[in-house]
Amino acid sequence: MRLVDKTIKLNRRSFLGSSAGAAALAGVIGTFSDGGAFAATLKSVKPAAAPALLKVARDLYPHDRLPDAYYETAVTTIDAGVAADQATKTLLSDGVTALDAAAVRLKGRPYTKIAPEADRIAVLKSIEDTPFFTKMRSEMITALYNQPEVWTKLGYEGSSAELGGYIHRGFNDLDWLPA
Amino acid sequence: MVTSFDLNDDSVVVVIGSGAGGGTLSNELAQKGVKVVCLEAGSRYEIQDFVNDEWESFAQLAWRDKRTTSGSWRVAKDFPNLPAWIVKAVGGTTTHWAGASLRFQDHEWKARSTYGDIPGAALLDWPVTAEEMAPWYDKAEFKMGTTGTNGIPRLPGNNNYKVLAAGAKKLGYQDFHTGNMSINSQPRDGRGSCQQIGFCFQGCKSGAKWSTLYSEIPKGEATGKLEVRPDSQVIRIEHDAKGKATGVVYADREGKMFLQKARIVAVAGNSIESPRLLLNSASNLFKDGLANGSGQVGRHYMRHTTGSVYATFDKPVHMYRGTTMAGIVRDEARNDPKRGYVGGFELETISLGVPFTAAFLNPGAWGRDVSSALDSYDHMAGLWIVGEDLPQANNRVTLNASEKDRFGMPIANVHYDDHPNDEAMRSHAFRQGAALYEAVGAKRTILTPPYPSTHNMGTNRMSDKPEEGVVNKWGQTHEVKNLFISDGSQFTTSATENPTLTIVALAIRQADHIAGLMARNEI
Repeated sequence: MRLVDKTIKLNRRSFLGSSAGAAALAGVIGTFSDGGAFAATLKSVKPAAAPALLKVARDLYPHDRLPDAYYETAVTTIDAGVAADQATKTLLSDGVTALDAAAVRLKGRPYTKIAPEADRIAVLKSIEDTPFFTKMRSEMITALYNQPEVWTKLGYEGSSAELGGYIHRGFNDLDWLPA
Repeated sequence: MVTSFDLNDDSVVVVIGSGAGGGTLSNELAQKGVKVVCLEAGSRYEIQDFVNDEWESFAQLAWRDKRTTSGSWRVAKDFPNLPAWIVKAVGGTTTHWAGASLRFQDHEWKARSTYGDIPGAALLDWPVTAEEMAPWYDKAEFKMGTTGTNGIPRLPGNNNYKVLAAGAKKLGYQDFHTGNMSINSQPRDGRGSCQQIGFCFQGCKSGAKWSTLYSEIPKGEATGKLEVRPDSQVIRIEHDAKGKATGVVYADREGKMFLQKARIVAVAGNSIESPRLLLNSASNLFKDGLANGSGQVGRHYMRHTTGSVYATFDKPVHMYRGTTMAGIVRDEARNDPKRGYVGGFELETISLGVPFTAAFLNPGAWGRDVSSALDSYDHMAGLWIVGEDLPQANNRVTLNASEKDRFGMPIANVHYDDHPNDEAMRSHAFRQGAALYEAVGAKRTILTPPYPSTHNMGTNRMSDKPEEGVVNKWGQTHEVKNLFISDGSQFTTSATENPTLTIVALAIRQADHIAGLMARNEI
């Protein structure tokens, strides 16, 4: 079978010399994660709230094979949408405050300081009905899973028509089943 | 040659909608020399405009105007403003459909006689018989180039099909193959053969899949008798003092209103918009909506008993490669009440890309339960359950009492409750789907709830008696002689099969009937 190479081949140097789009730029630069730089990109929250949002993003849809960069891109996308809308401008900052309050109440410490994943999940479950949680959960579906590099990491090849479809590229190459 | 008809030309047939029903009817009438104005609410995109990207394509093609929902179906909770996944563009949902083209089984035309009086269901026999429909099915299959008919070979099976077929064999199923698909397995009718692109739902980039967009409509336009007006949202149908339809009011992209006069009006806006339009066309003469003296408009909304089973395996599958729905198991399609329900179901291959798998696998869910399934995305196979659902009077499209669209017209509310028969069938189908995959080594099976409905049927149903439905056996409304319904909303019952072939067969037959009425000056 033709398998999918799940490594991301672009690197920052070769990328900057090319003319690919801004979305790819965010993804590629993000691959070389720098937490401080990420926090500074957020518009609707103070940098101090960034690590909690990042942790929530990963706890919602945890993929151990994905580096933080893709979760940072997702949070940046959600934050940009929230910041652009007067009605939701404080949703993330208020949400992190409430999240930490719930974390302290249930586990005695702020969210990012809770080491066991199961304990953080318990905190998230306690706020499942809040607008903050709902926003983060529903937006993550596109903010994380609509990143083409995440597709590659999960073995999905994306657009195929320009490559002639799969007629000569393995549409029927499964060979491990009994005939 | 681009034909254009005058707004005051009251000799034209106005067809509302350009999908399987409206697009086919428009071409068939034009071929017979009848002048047709086809009004399409959406824009005109051609093959080169389609994109192999799930969300981008959804934004381009899907009918996203707001609708509301109610009832116990899970769609109302997961997608409260998106009850249906259908298309707003020239070609309608034939741009999005997967190509499965199955004839009804004979007994399905006689659902009431076959299934008996099921409590809570409003079953009827169709006023059309299997024998009567057979020649029209022949014409539809020939027109669409359906594989497995007319000597057209079936499509090759993709990886997802290989898993389905191996599982079906292990379970002892016998009637499974790559389906009767209106997707060219070899060049035909000026279109090439399937390139196994894998984005059937996003508009076929090779044109191998039949769609009114590039098969029916250009042929109709070439006669000089058909004018298609995109970006034309019909607001209401007008009538004279005698209750005869006289024309339709529609809005263009900028919201400018026009009145197109008509000799005959045919409504084919799919099963949510078609009843909405009749209800929004209420007048002093038709107080409850046009052609709705019986109170049946909007009732008996059906959407098939669906669900999906996805399974993950040790080894790769890459289910997204190749034709999405070229794979079917038909052994459970029969009516066998011993299984605990009437009617039957098909199991058909299905695949989604990563973006839609994340959105639809288990809507609203989060945590490792979801992400671990996506971690196995390339090791995943999938099948879709399509089963007969029962008409119920209160499963219906109504006008929302408070919310209006940008033209000031009330939007549609779609109410649906599962019937106990639907639940029993779905639960059996889930069990069989999971067993099929487990038989070939699935590590995990995931039962995915119904997506927003692509099969929408029954809201202007056919009936012999005017008090039991909206249209007669020709799709002509019982109350307004020159008003026809030409889409899946005519369906008396849903049957088990994907509805498009039957919609097309009915449209070809209706065109023949309408042309006859016109030639004999009976309308």
